Amino acid sequence: MAERLRPVNVVTVGVGMTGAIMGKELAAAGLKVVGIERGPGRDTVPDFQSPAIHDELRFAIRKALMQDNVKETVTVRNSSDQTALPMRRWIGFLPGTGVGGALVHWNGQTYRFQPADFVYKTHLEQRYGKSFIDPELTVQDWGVTYGELEPHYDRFEYLCGTSGKAGNIKGQIQRGGNPFEGPRSREYPTPPMKEPYYGALFRKGAESLGYHPFPQPASTLSQPYTNPEGLTLQQCVFCGFCERFACEHFAKASPQTIVLPAALKNTNYELRTNCQVLRVNLDSTGKTATGVTYVDAAGREFEQPADIVLITAYAFNNVRLLLNSGIGKPYDPSTGEGAVGRNYAYQTVSASTVFYDADVNINPFMASGSSGTVIDDFSGDNFDHGPHKFIGGAYVGAIMTGGRPIEFHPTPPGTPAWGLGWKQAVARHYNHTVVLTVHGSSHPARHNYLDLDPTYKDAWGLPLLRMTFDFPDNDIRMSSYVTDKATEIGRAMGGKTVASAPRRRPYTTTAYQTTHNTGGAVMGNDPKTSVLNRYLQCWDVSNVFVVGASAFAHNASYNPTNTVGALTFWALDAIKNQYLKSPGPLVHT
Amino acid sequence: MPIGLAANDAPAQERPSVPTAAGSSAVAAQVATYLFLNAEEAAFIEAAVARLIPADDRWPGALEAGVPNYIDKQLNGAWGAGERLYRSGPWQTGTPSQGYQLPFTPAEFFRTAISAINAELRAKTPFAKMTAAEQDTYLHSLEAGGKDLGGVPSNIFFSELWESTVEGFFSDPVYGGNRAMVAWRMIGFPGAYASYYDIVHQHGISVDRGPVSLAEDVHGHVHMNPAIPAHLP
Repeated sequence: MAERLRPVNVVTVGVGMTGAIMGKELAAAGLKVVGIERGPGRDTVPDFQSPAIHDELRFAIRKALMQDNVKETVTVRNSSDQTALPMRRWIGFLPGTGVGGALVHWNGQTYRFQPADFVYKTHLEQRYGKSFIDPELTVQDWGVTYGELEPHYDRFEYLCGTSGKAGNIKGQIQRGGNPFEGPRSREYPTPPMKEPYYGALFRKGAESLGYHPFPQPASTLSQPYTNPEGLTLQQCVFCGFCERFACEHFAKASPQTIVLPAALKNTNYELRTNCQVLRVNLDSTGKTATGVTYVDAAGREFEQPADIVLITAYAFNNVRLLLNSGIGKPYDPSTGEGAVGRNYAYQTVSASTVFYDADVNINPFMASGSSGTVIDDFSGDNFDHGPHKFIGGAYVGAIMTGGRPIEFHPTPPGTPAWGLGWKQAVARHYNHTVVLTVHGSSHPARHNYLDLDPTYKDAWGLPLLRMTFDFPDNDIRMSSYVTDKATEIGRAMGGKTVASAPRRRPYTTTAYQTTHNTGGAVMGNDPKTSVLNRYLQCWDVSNVFVVGASAFAHNASYNPTNTVGALTFWALDAIKNQYLKSPGPLVHT
Repeated sequence: MPIGLAANDAPAQERPSVPTAAGSSAVAAQVATYLFLNAEEAAFIEAAVARLIPADDRWPGALEAGVPNYIDKQLNGAWGAGERLYRSGPWQTGTPSQGYQLPFTPAEFFRTAISAINAELRAKTPFAKMTAAEQDTYLHSLEAGGKDLGGVPSNIFFSELWESTVEGFFSDPVYGGNRAMVAWRMIGFPGAYASYYDIVHQHGISVDRGPVSLAEDVHGHVHMNPAIPAHLP
């Protein structure tokens, strides 16, 4: 029997980036907030320190910072006629766990989405006509505009101290930045990071073809920075241990470095770690949440009553918690009805590998997770899709995250898979190779969705989330087109050999692609096709807000974190300025 | 200069001082105490990794680098026992896209497959007694799949063996492989340095310093700002 705890105003389910920011802000607004985190507490000192943090085997291969598959995983299949099976180990994507969430092990790539992304269907139909979009795609508008989100993007970037060069300030194109970006209200908080050699080679090659290279916006900082919370971040030293690692240097924006200390100073805020939320509890009408039920590390069950429940976990866990709590109507691909689990999207990532002569030392280990140089010429709707049979696009760039050799030992086509030839090719090419990333959009399709698995359970006996996904034709065509562009850039960079691999079907869990799983609890204007209104508030249960990439109606060409950050502040403003004054639905249908 | 490569101001470790194949017998003489593998299993692993990443006249191979020791310690530890492996049934083969779907822990998996291989070859020529060319042919046959190794498909076994060999070759020496950081020296990976800030903009330079392992005493060189307090409980 669950022990009933003293009621609080707000519970956040998860204390990663979104939970930490919302918890801090609402505690500061005078509310009693409890942050419930299923993983352990941890901090830069002492948990992320050298030398132990520089351990590729433990963190990158054995995934020490990730969700424990023994307790909880997802099941996966490519289509509804297959039987989904559990991802028994994380390989294809890596959900984090513990205080700070995935923002502890991220790379720090901090892009904004394009203005067109938020009014996607409207924009594409206006530009290309109503019949241009492949009918299998469930593309829709988000219910919020770039203009509305811009101050919140700005706020998140200034919280992180993001390093970059603006390309468009209030409509004025800025030299050295991304000329395609939506207008921003001011420059980045810190200047761009130093450009490593691979970035410089890419810049030269891309410029020679008439493209517009710019430094990748990075929340691994170019210089010390004190954020509006009074927290000081340090200069990134390019140690090469970002992705899948925690930063020992206080140089990467993560909840521990940008916001949590401010939350924990406030007696209105309480953090509970190693506690797994099983469900959101609803009252007898099913329209109001009464709190959450969770189990602590010792197996004791608690009911935590709350006025507001903020679901702030990883996208998959947000959707699973809704389904396991009976909130919203599950999506049915055969009828197209129901919204929970609908519009799941991923990221369509591919690569071109540029092999150089042995006298060109790339030194790939001198890197941060987000240092590098990219072009936006083929992202989203930055080019005319009229002649092509697809929507969307990809940024292309030289982004190398550290050259750690268990994962990174490139060999050119024709190299034996093992044996002496393999070994000698690895020795020859390790320090003389640049990998170009083609980071592409992913569109929701009718047959791709999330629901509860009928067979496999987690350690608490609850159904796992089931992911049914394969890349839509549209995205395969996009990947082919933009990967060809990357190949051309690779040749212009002076490589001897360029080996490209556009994304192909089937989607496979057996090689890492990205952890950018989005959708399933999307925001929008129509309760039939969205779980949340434009303020990330549940249509069906108005004191539940679901914050995360699960709210994306599609996934754009970019890494999602900055947009999740902007949506977090957007929803926070709605809660503080509207909801608290008059609890209830913020949008009436 | 508070940070940077200069922190490691020991003389660059010259490549000639690295154990080469010619000197590899001295390295291999540091016989590992196997905690998990029995003698027959160890003989297979030692012979197999020596073909997967062979020694040549410049650099030692997986055997000389201690990869069998790495595999033994991994199988004997938490990973071998199925740490971070979802182990609930039902068990189904699935599609290649769905990844590993066998009920074996890594320890059970290696023991099962190697036992089947050794049982098959005991009456013929044990793997370790084959010529190098015969060993390569046999490994290729495992890689091609279609052979059942006590319930482990041979191609899946090959793939796990190969992954473990690469891990043991390139992981930090604290795990028992990559002895004397030979694999890092071979490719020019400097290991666990904490900072390249002062040289990252020096494009194309040759980094001539020896690599650093987690096990080395680098205290004082890697902490960017230890004075900054922690706040979490």
